[in-house]
Amino acid sequence: MAEKNLSSLSAANAVRIEALADSIGAKLHECYQCGKCTAGCPMAGSMDLMPRQVIRHLQLGLLDEALHSRAPWICATCYTCSARCPHDVPISELMEAVRQQAERAGIRPIRRSHLFTKYFLLPLKWFGKNHELTLTMFYNLASGRVLQHFSYLPAMLKGSKLKIFPARVKNREAVRRLMENCEREAERI
Amino acid sequence: MKYSYFPGCGMEATGIEYAKSLAFVNRAIGVEFIEIDDWNCCGATAGHSTSHELGMALPARNLALSEQQRPGMPIVVPCASCYSRMKYALQAAQGSENEKLSRLIGMPVSGAAEIVSIMEAYSDPVAAEAIKAAIKKPLDGLKVACYYGCLYTRPPKVTGMENCEDPQAMDELVRLTGAACVDWAFKTECCGAGHHVDLPAESKPLLYKIYKNARANGAQAIITACPMCMMNLDMRQGAVNMAYGEDFDLPVYFLTELLAVAMGAGFGECGVATHFHPAKKLLQNLINNKEVV
Ligand code: SF4
Ligand code: SF4
Repeated sequence: MAEKNLSSLSAANAVRIEALADSIGAKLHECYQCGKCTAGCPMAGSMDLMPRQVIRHLQLGLLDEALHSRAPWICATCYTCSARCPHDVPISELMEAVRQQAERAGIRPIRRSHLFTKYFLLPLKWFGKNHELTLTMFYNLASGRVLQHFSYLPAMLKGSKLKIFPARVKNREAVRRLMENCEREAERI
Repeated sequence: MKYSYFPGCGMEATGIEYAKSLAFVNRAIGVEFIEIDDWNCCGATAGHSTSHELGMALPARNLALSEQQRPGMPIVVPCASCYSRMKYALQAAQGSENEKLSRLIGMPVSGAAEIVSIMEAYSDPVAAEAIKAAIKKPLDGLKVACYYGCLYTRPPKVTGMENCEDPQAMDELVRLTGAACVDWAFKTECCGAGHHVDLPAESKPLLYKIYKNARANGAQAIITACPMCMMNLDMRQGAVNMAYGEDFDLPVYFLTELLAVAMGAGFGECGVATHFHPAKKLLQNLINNKEVV
């Protein structure tokens, strides 16, 4: 591993990391690296940094490494880590805050996860509700997995589990405005 | 008992069996769910992983609508993910974020109503008594694993669940049908949720471990109270069997389906007939007093 000058790194990133932790009310120094979060994490086996290591990187000021990690994108937001942490560190929320910051900086270590979120929100903005068919079509095309979930289609149609036409809220304008307000607000922070 | 009802998008699509069976049970026990007029999607994981604001504001609009339409009435939410989002928004509306939320959604929100799950609504003593009284075809002899998953249980500061490592509310309701609940280790483990779409290879092991532990502890079926968990556990069981060379045969039922069948509902009527993993035979054999296979 390449050597890093931690003290100068920390100085450069301290403000940004503190803002990130503050935004979710996390106190990074509360983590004493016991590893209980990692031990119970159902997705740890697929992560490049364990949940404990994500927080360690932030403690050490290694923000860029954390932002480029796949772990926050692999996190399933199951809250097991947060619920079990002996020091009440909201680690699940922290994973999410790192992912949000990466997304805003255009860092997308797992493009498919970025696309899934993007196309989940698309029908929501149009119709005010989720629409699985729209999501699946856009996601499959964009991710290059054109036939993913295709085999489930007949059974879905037979059981009326798939809506061809999306359900829509009446006041779509209100939902669209709400979403735009949130976009503006999130950018301000 | 009356509740303001936030069904969530799943109930209109993949969770259709949940909606059918829930309507049956409510009729049988005299509970009324009144749908919030013009509700919108809670945003689920896509909402809160995009921004804190979006994760709070989408469900907050539903809270505000319910408050406007039926002030003070508790809101029942049948999906674990929607339940979690609504509870997060409720806490935000009750706290320092109230003003910001009202501004984002363009209407006032106070956070004055309680949010309850189906399990909480049915665990109410009056409802539980009515359920007990409505059981016509007891399911004695059936052994099931109650699967709660993540978001009904965690984080406890949001869900308010007392024993988030070993919840009991669903087990207690299931036992009213005469079925037995196995003790197992994966009742609150994650099913992978939406990651089965974007990270299928990483998520399959989660389902595999759930099936494996349920079977090892003698369960013949898995019970859930979430349309998302249902979709993963039911629809993807075949793919997991294929990937692992396994032969798991664990029908998955919504809690409300099990209750409805025990109350005498037909399999088509309550949804059991349209599962991906065949779910009719196990209950049919049981009810016909044949030996359960
Ligand atoms: S469980 Fe808490 S204290 Fe232990 S390593 Fe994880 S975040 Fe740190
Ligand atoms: S919330 Fe994320 S990091 Fe925490 S245990 Fe669950 S999957 Fe792992």
